Amino acid sequence: MKRNILILVVLTILIVAGCSLVPQQPQGPAAPSGGGDEGAAVPAGSGLSADAAAIAQARGLSPDDVTAALKTYMPTGVHDDYLIFASGGHSGQMLVIGAPSMRLLKVIGVFTPEPWQGWGYGAGNEVLDEGNIDGREVRWADTHHPALSETGGDYDGQFVFINDKANSRVATIDLRDFETKQIVKNPVAINDHGATMVTPNTEYVIEGGQYAAPLGWEYAALDDYNTTYRGLVTFWKFDREAGRLDPANSFAIELPPYWQDLCDAGKLVSEGWVFCNSFNAERATGGIEDGNPPFEAGASQGDTDFMHLINLVKAEEVYKAGNFNTVNDFPVISLQTAIDENILYLTPEPKSPHGVDVTPDGEFLVVSGKLDPHVTVYSFDKMMATIEAKKWDTDDYGIPILALDDVKEAQVEVGLGPLHTQFDNQGYAYTSLFLDSAVARWSLGGSFSDLHPEEPWQLVSKISVHYNIGHLLTAEGDTVSPDGQYLVAMNKWAIDRFQHVGPLLPQNFQLIDIANTGDNMQLLYDMPIGIGEPHYAQMIKADKLSPWDVYPEIGWDPSTQSVSPNAVHPGEEKVVRNGKEVEVFMTAVRSHFTPEHVEIKQGDHVTWHITNIERAYDATHGFSIPGYNINLSIEPGEYISFEFDADQPGVFSYYCTEFCSALHLEMTGYLLIEPGPDSSAMIQK
Amino acid sequence: MMAADKFENIVGPRAPQEELAAHRMRYIWPTLCMAGAAILIIISIFLPYWSLVLHAPQYPQGLVVNAYVNHLEGDVSEIDGLNHYIGMRPLGEAAHLERSISIFAISALALVVLAAVFIHSPWSALLALPAILLPPVFLADLYFWLSNFGQNLDPKAALSNAVKPFTPTILGEGIIGQFKTVAYADFGLLLASAASILILVGLYLQRRAYKPLRDKKSAE
Repeated sequence: MKRNILILVVLTILIVAGCSLVPQQPQGPAAPSGGGDEGAAVPAGSGLSADAAAIAQARGLSPDDVTAALKTYMPTGVHDDYLIFASGGHSGQMLVIGAPSMRLLKVIGVFTPEPWQGWGYGAGNEVLDEGNIDGREVRWADTHHPALSETGGDYDGQFVFINDKANSRVATIDLRDFETKQIVKNPVAINDHGATMVTPNTEYVIEGGQYAAPLGWEYAALDDYNTTYRGLVTFWKFDREAGRLDPANSFAIELPPYWQDLCDAGKLVSEGWVFCNSFNAERATGGIEDGNPPFEAGASQGDTDFMHLINLVKAEEVYKAGNFNTVNDFPVISLQTAIDENILYLTPEPKSPHGVDVTPDGEFLVVSGKLDPHVTVYSFDKMMATIEAKKWDTDDYGIPILALDDVKEAQVEVGLGPLHTQFDNQGYAYTSLFLDSAVARWSLGGSFSDLHPEEPWQLVSKISVHYNIGHLLTAEGDTVSPDGQYLVAMNKWAIDRFQHVGPLLPQNFQLIDIANTGDNMQLLYDMPIGIGEPHYAQMIKADKLSPWDVYPEIGWDPSTQSVSPNAVHPGEEKVVRNGKEVEVFMTAVRSHFTPEHVEIKQGDHVTWHITNIERAYDATHGFSIPGYNINLSIEPGEYISFEFDADQPGVFSYYCTEFCSALHLEMTGYLLIEPGPDSSAMIQK
Repeated sequence: MMAADKFENIVGPRAPQEELAAHRMRYIWPTLCMAGAAILIIISIFLPYWSLVLHAPQYPQGLVVNAYVNHLEGDVSEIDGLNHYIGMRPLGEAAHLERSISIFAISALALVVLAAVFIHSPWSALLALPAILLPPVFLADLYFWLSNFGQNLDPKAALSNAVKPFTPTILGEGIIGQFKTVAYADFGLLLASAASILILVGLYLQRRAYKPLRDKKSAE
């Protein structure tokens, strides 16, 4: 026994001695080349250095300006704490922005071709085609509301969805590679607005409607508005495994023609319910040219519109029981079924509201009437108690209406033109005030009362923004656990905030520090958005995402997220002809394509497979064929294929369109298309 | 009779029971050292013997290649990709024979060291010699291949004008183009080196224990 111990001791000593002989190895990332020096930081609590003070004075910066700069500045190589996923508005794309630096990191091609990513120029064409409407290419979109996928009511960083209001479409983006994987066109509605929102575990992606219309894009005269025009909410089933919405397990519910607006999914206590507001309970049909009140007046006559309470659990049961109609082959639970099966309830909400937002605990719902200076807070408990007591009136369609007094928890006067509300971790709510051009911070009650020093349901403070704020967002501010820290005001007008760039001005994202309590919010940074009018955005803690550095394996097809059977490996490059069908199998690596000569004939149909066989981070290659409208971005490991008809003879230099290496210019090749009788000439012969 | 004598000469004497009882540790130490060395050699097979780190501005994390006795790990394809610019062959083409027999050969020489435990004559040193020489032989072979690759660059390569044939640094720092290279002996080679020292110590202790017995026997 003693001997055994001795053996162990000797061996241990030897091994330890051996290890200590190992030369010092470089640990972790090498020191950044240039910059990144530490030790120059001004100690906390000390004043500015003389140099910094002189700069601040020369530039006319106030102490607040200096602290704002210090709160947002990111030294080279230092990463932001948060990522903002913002709608790209009319650009049809999604913006990815770092916070607090507000640096634009990426514009993800979604509904609209995006040349840098090759999106629509040889890559992603199939996805873009999914967004065609009755065969018509629709290559722009009015993107409105991104929704990050959630697990347990919290962002999980896996997927993000976004809608196209103009054409009622929804796109799915995979956050492993930040690429759009799918576009679905709503078969029932021609436009939407209350999209996208997700249920707490992303079981469903919600797509609420907007302007009432005959279901299924049918024709009906406006005289038949009350009987034929309908609202709609669609529940797209999400298949997380496949990373796609699953139309085969999705359904819609017919709603009254009240112009449903925004929706939000219940969470925690209210999980299983979905809430959508509306703003034309008057059912105005416009016609200013005929002397009728214009929509803006007609839809604003009543004192209240209707919040829609939708029992999604019940609706899913009814759908699964087959109790639905179909419109364009898509299941739609009829309005009558929704009433009969206790799926749908209404409750009044003050004047033309915009937005219904569920508090982090799921207990309260906040609605802002655009034309009412209050936010109205509803209690989910009271709603359920009222439904339980069967205490309601009905509207013209027979839908139960819960009285406002029975379900209201509080009203808070916040200011003029209140729109959207989000939350922080200190028991505060933040409401955008369009007319005041301000953000109101107000105190929540209920379980939030203990988190802040103020009385519940009170305006705490306001901060001016520039100008005409629409949505706002706080860090993870619509989840079950908001982070606080930052708020972004999404301003519609910039007016004088930036250098003039002609009559079309950028939008203005303003970053606001909300970390302190009470009357202590600070405007930090203005970020111009010069690509469209983003409506909504969400801010997620960056460490919740785990995107790929490079595609997992060589030959990876991002459209299937697996290795393609047509992936091309080094040494297997070739050109295969089968009649007029030509297949090119190509690899790309610094600094050459293989093959460098591709010789085909006019009239050939070409399928081109290309694999970037690089494994190095950031070693992306481009690939373009001039004259044929082809341009690809092929990231390390990625496989892409595209097709074209070689109808134009000549010599075409294909080349790498990403500056990949010192010999990037040499990364080229010749596509020789020999003139020949084209297929139509052959047929004539 | 002659053959049996010869065999006994090679195997060497055994310690008598009374001698073992009196000086147990004297006879156990050599066994411990040699057996320990054999274990270290076996462990070393699973560790890199040699590593090379390349530093350049566009590779903030550096590029690493770890050479095991039978394969390469790390950023090999990236390094190969860079090497093609200067016309160097892919690293995977080096030392085919060595890599294909390495596991078998190193296991065998570790077993032979174990066998040497039971040989109490100068012959045991001969048995242990291959294991003792493993580290220098590895380095010599590495040097052969590095210089073979570095001296035989493809003259048609893109950067053949910029980089003349060279012998990469085998241990320590070097510079090629914008790359600073750091090459060092890794855990496997260090364990093998420790094993060499252990074997030498073991052989010395073995000789110290059994030489008196052998001398006594030949005196008889």
